[in-house]
Amino acid sequence: MTQATSNNKFDSGLGLDVVFPTPGQIMRRRMMSHKGFIVGGIMVLLIFLMAVFAPVIAPHDPFHQDLSLRMIPPVWNEKGTWNYPLGTDNLGRDYLSRLVYGCRISLLIGFSCMMIAAVIGAMLGLTAGYFGGKLDMIVSFIITVRLALPAVLVAIAVVALIGGSMKIVILVLGCLIWDRFAVILRATTKQIRAIDYVQAAQAAGCSVLRVIVMEIMPNLFNSLVIVATLEIGRAILLEEALSFLGMGVQPPTPSWGLMISEGKDMMLFNPYLVTIPGAALFILVLGMNLFGDGLRDVTSPEGRS
Amino acid sequence: MLIYTLKRLGLAILVTVSVSFVSFMLIRVSGDPAIALAGEGASQEEIEFVRVQYGFDRPLIVQYIEWAGRALQGDLGEFPYLNQPVAGMLKERMGVTMTLGISALTFAMVLSIPLGVLAAIRPNTCIDRVALAISVMGQAMPSFWFGLIMIIFFGVHLRWLPISGSDTWKHFLMPTVALGYYATPAIMRLVRSGMLEVLASDHIRTSRAKGLRWPKILFKHALRNAIIPVVAVAAVQLGFMLGGSIVIESVFALNGLGNLAWVSISRSDLPVVQAIVLMLATIYVFLTFVSDLINAFFDPRIRNM
Repeated sequence: MTQATSNNKFDSGLGLDVVFPTPGQIMRRRMMSHKGFIVGGIMVLLIFLMAVFAPVIAPHDPFHQDLSLRMIPPVWNEKGTWNYPLGTDNLGRDYLSRLVYGCRISLLIGFSCMMIAAVIGAMLGLTAGYFGGKLDMIVSFIITVRLALPAVLVAIAVVALIGGSMKIVILVLGCLIWDRFAVILRATTKQIRAIDYVQAAQAAGCSVLRVIVMEIMPNLFNSLVIVATLEIGRAILLEEALSFLGMGVQPPTPSWGLMISEGKDMMLFNPYLVTIPGAALFILVLGMNLFGDGLRDVTSPEGRS
Repeated sequence: MLIYTLKRLGLAILVTVSVSFVSFMLIRVSGDPAIALAGEGASQEEIEFVRVQYGFDRPLIVQYIEWAGRALQGDLGEFPYLNQPVAGMLKERMGVTMTLGISALTFAMVLSIPLGVLAAIRPNTCIDRVALAISVMGQAMPSFWFGLIMIIFFGVHLRWLPISGSDTWKHFLMPTVALGYYATPAIMRLVRSGMLEVLASDHIRTSRAKGLRWPKILFKHALRNAIIPVVAVAAVQLGFMLGGSIVIESVFALNGLGNLAWVSISRSDLPVVQAIVLMLATIYVFLTFVSDLINAFFDPRIRNM
């Protein structure tokens, strides 16, 4: 018997062994019984694998145009062929290959935007939550100003002026969607700051930096991961909306929003051009949200609403 | 209450001024407006002419003060292309966007409040699950895609509704649903958690013990308490929806503010873009101000914060 399990034994005095589950076991049990967490996790994992193994999965080159193969409908249509399972677009490019490569773009943009937003939001939130007082007022004011700006409109205007490219889109969106990070980390930092061990560290003479890095940051990690998962979904939705309006990723990059935008003029007779990339987008964001919500429920069951 | 109102008003004015400064700077920082206005292929003299003509050669702060001062008097400049005052044009387009925003908010409330209440009365039942599914899907559904799907189904297949334009109320049905569905999850979650909290409170138990009828308890005692935060969130959501209407207006070819913004952005019509950003931000600040007051009016505890 290993050390870990023997520690959980409790002598009830009746000669019966009572074994308490370890925290890890409780966590695992909670994870396995949370449907949203499992379903969302599997969805995200599948799409992530699809992005990583895109060159293996995609049957054709996503950029290769062949006008003799324009507008082949998907395989469930009687005119479709298994050679092009999801059909081709108006330039004769394989739709499945574009879809598979498009999820690389979506994940890349979603993740990078989230990282930028997390850095900005975490710094603001930590400062406001830890120092309080005047600094807190200033940060809260900055958050209010940010929320008052119409994000989509500002993003489109700036991208249009600078010129659309993936780098610009990521930078602009990252600088616009940090608000939730700031709001939530500010509140969490405030709570943790009041806990005894932080005050003990302060009383022991630890520097501000040490208290923040060693005592507070590890406890923020949980909320940070949860907000981050949900924010990736939000960033992806925003990016696809920008691409849909023609102010995001530029053609011929296979972005899902761009695919919908290119297909919408022909959707009257070829609805699959719009429904397929939209459904993919919906599934990705749904998976992200389910996973994020599940993570929150699993890690802090007392905060469940 | 008066002190609270004045404090909030001061904050609102400060936020509006900051937002106006940010929206002014955004456009300046993202590129040389003179080059953008002069158009592609303009010579150096032409660019210089535009720069002097529009006063872009003066210090930024002078330009800002002049712009803000004129904006305060309702003069938002003129269209470089149409030689029409921007303010008049905005008023005209605002009608369509406001109609869309308010009907979308009404739709969201009509859908989410009854569902939220039902979900709270019978937690963990079929109704609760349906409500949860609607809210989870609403968060993941790209609004522009939802709009296109509705166009394919109701506009093209069933031919029930017109797919573009803003002439009759029928034109507003699909955009309303597409935009309003986006605000549904936030409101529904709030109604549900608010109702759950109120229903578990002592005064509800007392009124049940007194033998009051269940519907009376529900609507007169419980919902009244739970609805206050909903009013606040609804106001904020209306602000978000007005800002996000640019996407929906482009899908349904509605002739509103978002459409004007989009056209102006693609023509680099800077004064118009600035004016629209400023206007939407001001509306948002006003809405949050009103919702703060409503909250404080119903809940005196907030006034002392």
